[in-house]
Amino acid sequence: MKRVLSLKELSERTNGLAPGHRACAGCPFPSIVRMVLGSSDYPVVVANATGCMEVVTTIFPYTAWSVPWIHSAFENAGATVSGVESAFKALKRKGVIPEDKKINFIAFGGDGGTYDIGFQSLSGAIERGHNFLYVLYDNQAYMNTGVQRSSATPYGAHTTTSPAGKRIPGKMQHRKDITEIVAAHGIPYVAQASPSHWADLVKKVRRALEIEGPKFIAVISPCVPGWGYDESESIELTRLAVETCFWPLYEVDHGVYKVNYRPREKLPVKVWLEKQARFKHLLDKPELIDEIQKKVDEKWERLLRLDGQKIF
Amino acid sequence: MKTVTKKILALTGNEAAAYAMKQINPDVVAAYPITPASEIVQIFSKYVSDGVVDTEFVPVESEHSAISVCVGASAAGARIMTATASQGLALMHEILYIAASLRLPIVMVVGNRALSAPINIHCDHSDTMGSRDSGWIQMYCENADEVYHTLIAAVKIAETANLPCMVTMDGFIVTHGMENVEVLEDGEVQEFVGKRNPLYSVLDIENPITIGPLDLYDYYFEHKRSQLEGVLNAKKIIPAVIDEYNKKFDKNIPSFVEEYRTEDAEIVIVAMSSAAGTLKEVVDIEREKGEKIGLLRLKVFRPFPHEILREKLKNVKVLGVMDRAETFSTMGGPVSIEVKAALYPLEKRPLLQDFIFGLGGREFTLENALEVVDILKKIKKEEKVSEEFIYIGIKE
Repeated sequence: MKRVLSLKELSERTNGLAPGHRACAGCPFPSIVRMVLGSSDYPVVVANATGCMEVVTTIFPYTAWSVPWIHSAFENAGATVSGVESAFKALKRKGVIPEDKKINFIAFGGDGGTYDIGFQSLSGAIERGHNFLYVLYDNQAYMNTGVQRSSATPYGAHTTTSPAGKRIPGKMQHRKDITEIVAAHGIPYVAQASPSHWADLVKKVRRALEIEGPKFIAVISPCVPGWGYDESESIELTRLAVETCFWPLYEVDHGVYKVNYRPREKLPVKVWLEKQARFKHLLDKPELIDEIQKKVDEKWERLLRLDGQKIF
Repeated sequence: MKTVTKKILALTGNEAAAYAMKQINPDVVAAYPITPASEIVQIFSKYVSDGVVDTEFVPVESEHSAISVCVGASAAGARIMTATASQGLALMHEILYIAASLRLPIVMVVGNRALSAPINIHCDHSDTMGSRDSGWIQMYCENADEVYHTLIAAVKIAETANLPCMVTMDGFIVTHGMENVEVLEDGEVQEFVGKRNPLYSVLDIENPITIGPLDLYDYYFEHKRSQLEGVLNAKKIIPAVIDEYNKKFDKNIPSFVEEYRTEDAEIVIVAMSSAAGTLKEVVDIEREKGEKIGLLRLKVFRPFPHEILREKLKNVKVLGVMDRAETFSTMGGPVSIEVKAALYPLEKRPLLQDFIFGLGGREFTLENALEVVDILKKIKKEEKVSEEFIYIGIKE
């Protein structure tokens, strides 16, 4: 199976999610979903955690999904997809489904349903070794319900439950590193991707789908109202997240770290922060921006070391 | 005369449930064995390891995930079973509603045990009473033999009604007590349960469906009404399947209720589960003395058989209702509240006394049962009930 798809090929494979969904203008996750589904050479069954994606793609009697799709609750996408995949295995064993039938099982969850409330369910599912791909679309807060902080929310960000106030300037904790936590489970494939680097994203999904067992890909997915920026700039913001190394593109394939993209010139994180209203209160607090930069540098250098690359 | 060779095994309630599960050979079993430990899962995983069943066993990290796996697997058209108790059932609470509302057949064995706090591992009904309005069928069994047969029938009931079904037994008293269980041959069980024919499957690639969409005020109400239709339909399916079972295997397991010496009874005790055993003995003792007394064991609590109770209890003078759970409503336990509601339309209603007993595994002794009867006889004589509820067997 070739891992790279041309834009033309990809454009012919994006009918898993139909137009007419109700995502906000500029929201990138419909494109992410289309790229993920389009990367599969086999039929796909999707399990979705409660969240923006579930809400805007379905409302009875309508659905934007042209592939089989199941949503149960907020915190159980990992367990739900485990159930579907286990039934598939059992029904094959019992001869109800032909032995050579191939289906790719893909779960989608936002950061709330992945880092926080759905974390246990995800951890259990990947530890058990179910054959599925979990795709996190990370918009870094509970956007569907009105921008509440999650453990994916970056340091300093204003949310409705970590408001930038007179005494406390936004969220005062760094974000959880979900990709590293998932990698620590020792599953076959873990990666970080960005819609700005679509060819890399598609390649990663296709690599993941070649592998039997649990796979995880974290994709950055800006939120127009939650992050506060012009709706035309979603992809640009993901590009800057990559160029500043706030969101490095890397993969851990069977335990081997590989940084997939190293910016020619690593931009200061401020370039990314200052484009978003959620960080605007930080612009006159250089010590807080320094704190964010310090963390970005630490993580980036650690990644380079893991990949065996020179830091400077 | 038909000769039926019957195989009798000495099994605990847990073993009887696991034995039935082995013979049913479900496609997927997902379970978490702890909070508190349910031996059923251990016994069943041995069947899996020994290759006695070809079930896909999913040993999850919590009961929340256990029932979530069951939802996913049932939506994929497979035959699904699980087992839990107490806190584990409480942890499943959210997903119980989703399983029922998505009309997914799942059969779950519950060893009824008390809910925390204080932490306790022994029998009462607070766990399943806490999920009584989740839309599941609930069948409370008296002993291990009934658990075994009801479980097999429950598979057909759940898959015909497209509803999930709990089959419960009293924790420790039945789960760990060894009794004679008359078992069927594997082939008989397989023939009875047949194959599941799902209406829809999330694995049907050619006919993709969306399961669990957002559903607001313009359709949710209608969907809840049609869910009720499914439950009303289950009220016909339950006795039909149990009758079929009894006829086929020469058994006499009750469907909604079991009547014990209720003919001409002026005093009737309504009870569920294993306490009925002790109460039947007291009924015998009192009948010896000439007291017109009987027992009505309520087996199915959901859907509630109010029509049957109304009909069977309309001429009773005094009714005692046994509750092994609190509601903290200050008007008694859950069974008495429902029985009262069921009898309300009667022109002449029996005097009704609620008894709360056995919480957290407090033993329900013959003496306790005799005390219940004494109180009911006094009510009959004085023609009045003076207490909203009475705690039986409590240390003052």
